[in-house]
Amino acid sequence: MTPSLPLLEVENLVVNFYTRGGVVQASRGVSFQVGHGETLGIVGESGSGKTVAVQAVMGLISSPGRIEGGDIRFNGRSLVDPAGRKYVRQVRGKEISMIFQDPMTSLNPVFTIGTQITEVLCHHMSMDKGPARLRAMELLELVDINAPKKRLGQYPHELSGGMRQRVMIAIALACEPRLIIADEPTTALDVTVQAQILELLSDLQARLNVSVILITHDLGVVAQLCHRVAVMYAGRIIEVGDADRVFADPVHPYTRGLIRATPSLEDVTERMVSIEGVPPDLIRPPAGCAFSPRCDQVKEGCRRHQSLTPIGEDRHVRCWCAAQGKVPPAEPALVGKGPRP
Amino acid sequence: MGIFIFKRLIHGLIVILGVTLIVFVVTRMVGDPVKVMLPLESTQEQRDAFKKQLGLDRPIPVQLVNFLKDIARLDFGDSLWQKRPAMEIVFEKLPLTLALTAVGVGLACVFAIPLGIISALRPGGALDRLTVFGSLLGLSMPQFWMGLLFILLFAVQLRILPTSGSATPSHIILPALTMALPTLARLVMLVRSSMIDELNQPYVKTAFARGLPFVRVVGGHALKNAGLPIMTLIGWEVIRSLAGYSVVVETVFAWPGIGLTAIQAIEREDLILIQAIVFTAAISVVLINIAMDFIYKLIDPRLKLT
Repeated sequence: MTPSLPLLEVENLVVNFYTRGGVVQASRGVSFQVGHGETLGIVGESGSGKTVAVQAVMGLISSPGRIEGGDIRFNGRSLVDPAGRKYVRQVRGKEISMIFQDPMTSLNPVFTIGTQITEVLCHHMSMDKGPARLRAMELLELVDINAPKKRLGQYPHELSGGMRQRVMIAIALACEPRLIIADEPTTALDVTVQAQILELLSDLQARLNVSVILITHDLGVVAQLCHRVAVMYAGRIIEVGDADRVFADPVHPYTRGLIRATPSLEDVTERMVSIEGVPPDLIRPPAGCAFSPRCDQVKEGCRRHQSLTPIGEDRHVRCWCAAQGKVPPAEPALVGKGPRP
Repeated sequence: MGIFIFKRLIHGLIVILGVTLIVFVVTRMVGDPVKVMLPLESTQEQRDAFKKQLGLDRPIPVQLVNFLKDIARLDFGDSLWQKRPAMEIVFEKLPLTLALTAVGVGLACVFAIPLGIISALRPGGALDRLTVFGSLLGLSMPQFWMGLLFILLFAVQLRILPTSGSATPSHIILPALTMALPTLARLVMLVRSSMIDELNQPYVKTAFARGLPFVRVVGGHALKNAGLPIMTLIGWEVIRSLAGYSVVVETVFAWPGIGLTAIQAIEREDLILIQAIVFTAAISVVLINIAMDFIYKLIDPRLKLT
């Protein structure tokens, strides 16, 4: 393995869902990379294809969904081609693990916490019950759960939401993965608990040097935790690059709109600005730039297909105006840039 | 857990007491038991003597106390038909019905659970449609008719199994099969729908994301969650069979269990034997319900036992 090779490469991923209403093009050629020890934030509104893209990585796309194009490579090996099916089973849960949105429903209600942690260890690490229990206690300590021995015998309904999400993180860390995918890990939690969970995630990420893909609605979280950010819209990535620079100088009108729509603590007088219109129907996505029907700077060229164009070091954007070099003057970003983990 | 079982036993005792009272009232207040039990042509002297023998000449409260005392000792008196203790007959017949129920419901479970799971994996698939069609067929055929068809096929045409009775172990095959089919049909539908529900729960996706083997996720994680409704139906099927529905199968195959005995007791107006059978059925229902509550708690820790 060469050090320059990214840990995860997603290339032109196409995922379609065959529903009664038609074919939903959930992912229309998504490409991104995650380097070793890097945190990539994926932002975008609901239905923009964020979750579909990472579920494809985990091999969790099930009927009526199908991966119909592109490639996903982990450590240079494909997870998509038929030979990769077996490879997915090897890495899934072991080298790549996932934290889900709702800890209330993501843990099995009728198994103890101990069983749910140890079954992963027994399966992937071929551990026996005894050592697996010890390791489970270590993991619970690692995610700051008190009285770990007692917790092993408890059921999910006996724990609070924050604790359950910590248990989910403990399970995700069990086999020392190299990539953790966190799909809106704090959406279902109280605001105070959200902060704790995010702090725990960034702390563990720095300590264990794992790569993280963080899916979120919260641009503040991305600014705080992520090295790089990818903005998704209507099943495509429309802007990707270094998180600080994307926030300081967003190029795509949609990214700008998102940032403008984020309430800021410093500027309380200003009314929150929202983006006019609704996201397109993914059964019949518009030709060319999918954002063009909502874009206030739409030009004739926006109707044509637009590819992700490099606009500087580690910056890509999918916008006809930007590709022509006619970048409209940037407005000041409203999101504060917190310290990186 | 100890307190729970104790409480449930007390509950059960109350239920059984209730059943006893109903039996007492029905046999003593509604109509004259002596008239029912003695032949029409018997004389008044005979009737009085019989009344005295049963203790029916005494005041009602004294009768009730004596009745309860007798029942506490499981003594219902001698069967009018067979001239021996009614409980002795019950204890002789009950094991046969228990065996039939165990084999029948057991067979149903062995086939219904895997079949239901496999159908749930691909709802709308070929196997699923076949299963649903098969269970509808099984549900719409009357059980006695099914039993007769089996006799025609296996006993008369193929001559590989006996038609009726309980002489050898092979005698149980046809009645148990007849017993199993409607249960199988109901159970397979329930397993299927519960498993479809569970397989769409987020924890199943999470379990797959952890890389756990397919069999563990489906047969462990999902099936245990689907366990409550499945166990409820299995418990109900057992109760159903012990508390009377075995009558149909036992009659068709002349299987000398408690159901057949009940029918015969009714035909002969053997009130004492009927009382003993009703009482036994009530006790089995209570005991199975306690067992079911216990199993529920084992399956789902969220249930509060009170």
